[in-house]
Amino acid sequence: FQDQAEQFFRSGHTNNWAVLVCTSRFWFNYRHVANTLSVYRSVKRLGIPDSHIVLMLADDMACNPRNPKPATVFSHKNMELNVYGDDVEVDYRSYEVTVENFLRVLTGRIPPSTPRSKRLLSDDRSNILIYMTGHGGNGFLKFQDSEEITNVELADAFEQMWQKRRYNELLFIIDTCQGASMYERFYSPNIMALASSQVGEDSLSHQPDLGIGVHLMDRYTFYVLEFLEEIHPASQTNMNDLFQVCPKSLCVSTPGHRTDLFQRDPQNVLITDFFGSVRKVEITTETISLDRDLAGFESEFPEGELATEPLKYAEQLPVAQIIHQKPKQKDWHPPGGFILGLWALIIMVFFKTYGIKHMKHVF
Amino acid sequence: AAALLLLLLAACPGAGRGAGRERRDALREELLLSPLPTGDVAATFQFRTRWDADLPRGAVSHYRLFPKALGRLVAALGVRELHLALTQGFWRTRLWGQPPLQAPAGAELWVWFQPTVTDVDKAWKELSNILSGIFCASLNFIDSTNTVIPTASFKPLGLANGTDHHLLRYAVLPREVVCTENLTPWKKLLPCGSKAGLAVLLKAERLFHSSYHSQAVHIRPICRDASCMAVSWELRQTLTVVFDVFSSGQGKKDWSLFKMFSRTLTDACPLASQSKVYVDISPKNKEKELLEVTPPPTSVHEAVVQGDKKTYAVYDLLSPSLFNTSRSLNVQLKWKRPQDSSEMPIPVLHAQRYVGGYGLQTGEICTLIYNTHPYRAFPVILLETVPWYLRLYVHTLTIITKGKENKPSYIHYQPAQDRRRPHLLEMLIQLPANSVTKITIQFERALLKWTEYPPDPNHGFYVGSSVLSALVPSVIAMKDVDVEQSPLFTSLFPSSDGSSYFVRLYTEPLLVNLPTPDFSMPYNVICLTCTVVAVCYGSFYNLLTRTFHVEEPSRGGLAKRLANVIRKFRGVPLL
Repeated sequence: FQDQAEQFFRSGHTNNWAVLVCTSRFWFNYRHVANTLSVYRSVKRLGIPDSHIVLMLADDMACNPRNPKPATVFSHKNMELNVYGDDVEVDYRSYEVTVENFLRVLTGRIPPSTPRSKRLLSDDRSNILIYMTGHGGNGFLKFQDSEEITNVELADAFEQMWQKRRYNELLFIIDTCQGASMYERFYSPNIMALASSQVGEDSLSHQPDLGIGVHLMDRYTFYVLEFLEEIHPASQTNMNDLFQVCPKSLCVSTPGHRTDLFQRDPQNVLITDFFGSVRKVEITTETISLDRDLAGFESEFPEGELATEPLKYAEQLPVAQIIHQKPKQKDWHPPGGFILGLWALIIMVFFKTYGIKHMKHVF
Repeated sequence: AAALLLLLLAACPGAGRGAGRERRDALREELLLSPLPTGDVAATFQFRTRWDADLPRGAVSHYRLFPKALGRLVAALGVRELHLALTQGFWRTRLWGQPPLQAPAGAELWVWFQPTVTDVDKAWKELSNILSGIFCASLNFIDSTNTVIPTASFKPLGLANGTDHHLLRYAVLPREVVCTENLTPWKKLLPCGSKAGLAVLLKAERLFHSSYHSQAVHIRPICRDASCMAVSWELRQTLTVVFDVFSSGQGKKDWSLFKMFSRTLTDACPLASQSKVYVDISPKNKEKELLEVTPPPTSVHEAVVQGDKKTYAVYDLLSPSLFNTSRSLNVQLKWKRPQDSSEMPIPVLHAQRYVGGYGLQTGEICTLIYNTHPYRAFPVILLETVPWYLRLYVHTLTIITKGKENKPSYIHYQPAQDRRRPHLLEMLIQLPANSVTKITIQFERALLKWTEYPPDPNHGFYVGSSVLSALVPSVIAMKDVDVEQSPLFTSLFPSSDGSSYFVRLYTEPLLVNLPTPDFSMPYNVICLTCTVVAVCYGSFYNLLTRTFHVEEPSRGGLAKRLANVIRKFRGVPLL
């Protein structure tokens, strides 16, 4: 009984968010999109809804003309598992995946007309999972072959999130070459980080599929996906198991992790604290009867007023009207700065050459 | 929860007096299967929700079949008509015939606003942002650099009592990719979702493995009944897909629903008032039928569509006799005799567009418009939107028909402003009978600033499709039919008289290479400059600040003494 009560107070979050980013463009980087989609699939399966997931894919692999099986992205060779599925919502795609947009999503400084599905509306009781994959180096991650984000910028973005109380706890996973360099500079509390390789090591890809012609996934994320497939929403597996996921014998690189900024012991942190979702369920025993006939609601709004004469459709190609269309006269605008400056110069030169006494002849 | 319970209890007595009122919204769904002359088959889905309500007033609070996301959008932004199409592929008009409803490759959005909207540009920007969130497409890239205001094309398709073209905005994004993430929210807008009715056939893995896939949303006001005294709002969701003979099985041309969609129909959507499947079995040569359909249809319907008489086999999913024999309906089409390639009919109007010229400085856009009618001439409006970085030279515009120059009756040209507005060229051209019209215009390619290039600049830059709107003379005069009774696929474009029908065609999008700089140059320049500075400055610094002093020669270690001994033997100077 006390155990159950203790479990209730174990983690302090009330909602879960996930930001999943794939930063590589071009067909030969198929594996990065497959990485991100496999984490997306696991996170959706464990309960986080699409409205709480910000998925950023820098290129489209599923409907790429080079894909022999359109609308599919596979993670296992012989096309066993289609991680793209039938119910996917990508929030930022193609050219929208830029460093600026990524940092705006994290810090919440987004232009006012951005739709809700593209925002990270987290609060101080949210646990956020951030997964990034792509090509990286010592201290940076490359976005779409044209710009980079450095570990200092990322650490500062997380500090902004902490100061604005945009997260309760944050789990940062990165699968790139020299991934551990990206979490070296973090300095905000409550962040746990995992990387697929240490500084100086490359993260390797898993297996190619001869039918599709490219490598399908990276090793680290492949084994993380296999690990997550065993997890169900009620499982009690903790973070220490996730740290053991890909030993050097399987992954060739040495995965690393960083827990010094995290306040709880990783032993007590459940996988579902970040990959799953918390649902508030209230059980009630009273019956509520719903009225079958909802016509009462419909009668409340006013009728539109009827027209006095019949309305008609517009003519699609009114040739006579088009030919005799007069162009609308442009509104007169006062002359701009350049024209005024030019005229001022001309007048000044004129009076300088011919002397000021001519002015009385002008006016 | 208690408050909600009390509210429901309070509302219950109020509901009693409204009992027996008719529903104000209705859903009709329809699938049209038309075999194309090349052996491919085109499937067009149309889902139409009609709602007898006054949306712009914003007084509605209860949405039943009409999706709330779109209803609130129309009310809040003062939209009179909205047409959004997302397309992958290109409709080959010359091979496949006139399309029922065509859309250009990429994303196309055109909207008429209500006259009460004061700042149309602001409403347009908000609308494109909201739609990009609903449909998971990058419609937020629509801004003033790709929006135009056509003056003669794109007249409203719904009820209109004035057509001030300043309330119209048109934009096309040719680079937009269409994939499952656009189909998913489109399916979620349907009243039955993808769980019942015709929408169960919409599986992404089959739909995107096709030559042409186009999904669209059309919202417009229509006449509520034949007297047209009141306005209803119509939401039409259409999806057209063309399945290729070769990509799906062994070159055999027999089609079935299972072969196309890997699913069969099991029932109609319970919320639909009408749910039908039409199969085009029109005989080509007026002799006998080419096509055999199994199972036998519930009825046969004849209609005049696009100026020609066509016969359709109809399967009514709501009729109880259809599912008597088997639980699922798998319509199969078999060709009775092999098709002759010489029988392929050529459509009356088709067009082609390409880029001419060589090199990375100049080029030429050529459009060819074919009128294959033997004796009738008709006018066509050509609308071209060219991005600002291809600078058009209007004095090089030439229109040549049958060797002679053809002067358009109306030209509207709006030149581009760098980084602010694209070129807009609209012309009304008379096409003589049985002719080819060639329209050419030359352009010069601009050099963009190095930050303006996309991450893959060597792919090229797209120029959106040009739009041809024409009133094509019909072979058979069309009678005015009741819109509610006729099939949906005949009733999107309102027809004014029966002697001609309106058609809107799109040409191919163009892919143009702009001169791209070498993006590694900044890095190279920095390295080179730093090296030169280091070598030159470093040497000067050393020369100026280095002092020389004499150094005592040291005795040297053992190795040096041994080396000296050997050297003495050789007769070489000592170390």
